[in-house]
Amino acid sequence: MNWWQRLLRRRKMEDQLEKELRFHLDEHASELIARGLSPDEARRRARLALGGPEQVKENCRVARGMRWLEDLLQDFRYAIRMLQKQPGFAVVALLTLALGIGATTVMFTLINGVLLKPLPFLDADKLVAVNGQSDRWNAEIFGEQNVAYLDFIDCARESRSLAIAAALYTGGTVSEPGEPEYVDLREISSGLFSVLRVPIVQGRSFLPEEDRQGAAPVAILGSGFWQRHFTGGDAVGSSVILDGKRYAVVGIAPAGLKLFGDEADIYTPVGQDTARYLRNRAAHPMHVVGRLQPGRTLSQAQSELAVLGHHLAEQFPDTNAGRTFQVRSLRPNVGNVGSKLWLLLGAVGLVLLVACVNVASLLLARAVSRERELAMRAALGASRGRLVRQCLTESAMLGLAGGLLGVLIAADGIRPFVQVWPGALPRAEEVRLDWHVLLFAFGVSTLSGLLFGLAPALRAPFSNLEQKLRTGARSIAGSSRRLHGIFVISEIALAIILLVSAGMLGRTLLHLSSLDAGVDVRNVLVTRMALSPATLADPAKTRAAWKDVLARARNVPGVQSVATVDTFPMRAGDNEEGYWTSADVPPTNKLPFALLTSVSPDYLNVMRIPLRRGRFFDDHDTLESTPVIVIDEVLAQNAFGTQDPVGKRLWIPDMGYGGNVFEIVGVVGHVRHWGLAGDDQAKVRAQIYYPFAQLPDGFMHRWSELMSIAVRTEIPPLSALASLRSELKGVAGDQVLYEVRTMEQLASESLAEQRFLSLLFGIFAGLALLLACIGIYGVLAYLTGQRVPEIGVRMALGATARDVIRLVLRQSLGMVFGGIAVGIVTALAAGRLLMHTVDGMQSNEPSTLILTIPVLVFAALLASSGPALRASRVDPVTALRQD
Amino acid sequence: MAEKSDLPQGTLDLLILKVVALGPVHGYAIAQRLEQVSRGVVQVPQGSLYPALHRLENRGLLAADWEETESGREAKFYRLTRKGRTQLETEAASWQRLIDAVGLVLKLSEGGAE
Repeated sequence: MNWWQRLLRRRKMEDQLEKELRFHLDEHASELIARGLSPDEARRRARLALGGPEQVKENCRVARGMRWLEDLLQDFRYAIRMLQKQPGFAVVALLTLALGIGATTVMFTLINGVLLKPLPFLDADKLVAVNGQSDRWNAEIFGEQNVAYLDFIDCARESRSLAIAAALYTGGTVSEPGEPEYVDLREISSGLFSVLRVPIVQGRSFLPEEDRQGAAPVAILGSGFWQRHFTGGDAVGSSVILDGKRYAVVGIAPAGLKLFGDEADIYTPVGQDTARYLRNRAAHPMHVVGRLQPGRTLSQAQSELAVLGHHLAEQFPDTNAGRTFQVRSLRPNVGNVGSKLWLLLGAVGLVLLVACVNVASLLLARAVSRERELAMRAALGASRGRLVRQCLTESAMLGLAGGLLGVLIAADGIRPFVQVWPGALPRAEEVRLDWHVLLFAFGVSTLSGLLFGLAPALRAPFSNLEQKLRTGARSIAGSSRRLHGIFVISEIALAIILLVSAGMLGRTLLHLSSLDAGVDVRNVLVTRMALSPATLADPAKTRAAWKDVLARARNVPGVQSVATVDTFPMRAGDNEEGYWTSADVPPTNKLPFALLTSVSPDYLNVMRIPLRRGRFFDDHDTLESTPVIVIDEVLAQNAFGTQDPVGKRLWIPDMGYGGNVFEIVGVVGHVRHWGLAGDDQAKVRAQIYYPFAQLPDGFMHRWSELMSIAVRTEIPPLSALASLRSELKGVAGDQVLYEVRTMEQLASESLAEQRFLSLLFGIFAGLALLLACIGIYGVLAYLTGQRVPEIGVRMALGATARDVIRLVLRQSLGMVFGGIAVGIVTALAAGRLLMHTVDGMQSNEPSTLILTIPVLVFAALLASSGPALRASRVDPVTALRQD
Repeated sequence: MAEKSDLPQGTLDLLILKVVALGPVHGYAIAQRLEQVSRGVVQVPQGSLYPALHRLENRGLLAADWEETESGREAKFYRLTRKGRTQLETEAASWQRLIDAVGLVLKLSEGGAE
């Protein structure tokens, strides 16, 4: 029988024990009666022979190993009674703990959902990502390399250890049904859904024969798109018009399916795409995932794909030399959010620690005043272990009750918190309370309970029982003073860490907001634009269409100037290429890199980027004229130092036109492409602009798919949006603006993370400071209370009220400065951690410390003033008579 | 009445196991039988009999059922489990060895050890 079964049957057990002993007594008595004794005498003798029934029962319980359970229940009841007797203490302790545990649980829930949970696919541990690997590829800058489509086809056919599938990110304009909309498109291989084991909710997945050129156009709709355009009704069997082509809808993907990044709107078979770059093994656009075949291991897959890559390199040396494949477990892509989450968990952990120390000092003060009670119990025979256990039961119960409240807080707080996370938390849909989180909260609560219960519990008295029983509680306080001091010191130290961190973040935010973005962010509207799909087929038409867009936009009321541009500062998306200043260009991985931006001539006016030297582009830069570029001052400095770059040439080996040689015609100011915070640490900062008009016909289609327009307005930019939309929608009405932003929004969003972190740290630091002040107040009030007789003596001997105040404040400040000393050392270490985690973090300057310490000292003095004043009003006569 | 001896530590368990091995029996009968069989030499303090029974039951050496006695009352009858029987055999054997060894030592004649 288990102990818990026994607990359930405790009542029955007791009954049986009672019955068994009664039987024994009755049998014994009746035997004695048979021998001739009177019934009363017989019962008396029988009882005597057995011994005290309660004693025997208790021994039986001990023998059954039930004793600790009984004790636990007893301690439990006792603890509840003690808490009921002091509701004020119970409420303060519970709220403090609930806040600390609640905040910690919220952070852990985030970490659990975003970082710890496996991908939401069946048998996700068998899924792998296949990446390209080449010695020419600079993974530092570009991240993992994707795979050429034809290489993927070969691997899919040859591999025995993996079932693999691929996806290509593109976009397109859907013109029917509903309003024209630019959509997020995934061209996928037919096996993708089965490799991921994602069920199609309606209809079917693509067939292998549909994944080929010339097959009838078919599409699977993403759940969100289906809801928007078909309001969730019948869609399978109907059709959509995507980039002017009619696709039959064969299936609907399940809701919330996020493969790589966001939920896609439409899936089409990649095999039907006739684009040339898909037939070119030198282009690597495909994201490839795979599932390990039954019984195969990751390392088998790795070596197999490496061999396949080697064969391809021998077969196609022009494109595949030095190139192979890498296989690793498929992990959720959450960017760099992990370090921030752990950082915040650390910060709330500190708040929780402060809360624990606070409750510990409250408990300790209580324990000291209960010393006589405990001494009495020890004298009556309670063992030391027994008393310690009782104290721990009490604090563990406090911890668990606080934890329960905390989980309730977390359950309510988690959604709003996820929503205010800057720039959409990755995998936010996975964030919820589950048993992992509950287990964590339970662990944290118990641990906190033990942590703050230990010090008071270990103080349970064992030496000098007799002395303790004889003296009043007051005269034995001396020994606990040092412990109280340690509590205050650690509270202050913890609060300092958070205060200094918050100060650093705040200063960083101030510094970053004051930075010059390099562009004038006021009154600029930026938006991606999709031309009418009909114009994209013919490069000449495409050029004319863009010219038309610029001309029309310029005529919209309120618009000052307008330009086309492919990538924007402070927004995701960039184009990086290696460059060189002479014709003997080294291999790609040895080249310095720059950001390339393709613009129309008015771009400089729209963004108000300062021209430093030479000229910017004009309408004379065409396909027929010399290929030209304009560089920024960072590149000018990096490549040419003090020389004048204008008139010099740059070799950009992967540009693919103009012989890859370009003449520098001007130098402009640097633009903070990576945001106000991120630019200084960015790996690639140098910038090159090239005229959109000089882009050869072969690039026109791809570039036009990614193009944006930037508009400088005389009125608030968003108020020009409606007229821009209607002016630019084109003859067929299928040209759309999407991802509309103002430059001001982008600049502000680029600091969102810093703003968010400094807000949170500010809140945490405030909480810690408040808790520390409550702690200081409690400890001082208690310690001063213990010193009333001493103060009485001092006053009787002539000390003034002012002396007494000074006495108390000196004691308080001693602890506070101790805490500050410890805190500063730790805060310096914490600051270094912040510098690693947060973009643009300013190093810890004395000014941060100089600003935060007075705040703390002031708060501490405020907290101590109450007890100090009370002490100064002690009446010596009463004080002396008191003991 | 013969002279009484205190039970050496740990022997009570062994005696209980032996008595119970003879067949299902309730607590009072165990106490009586111990006293009868040892001809009154071994007198079990009844107060320690029951904790011992419960301890043995808890360790799985004894099992118990509620059954009716001859007189028609319900009583808790203990019986030996297989584990209890093994325990009894090993303990009895080691007890026997101990007795033999102690007997040998006591039989030494004075000075015979030289």
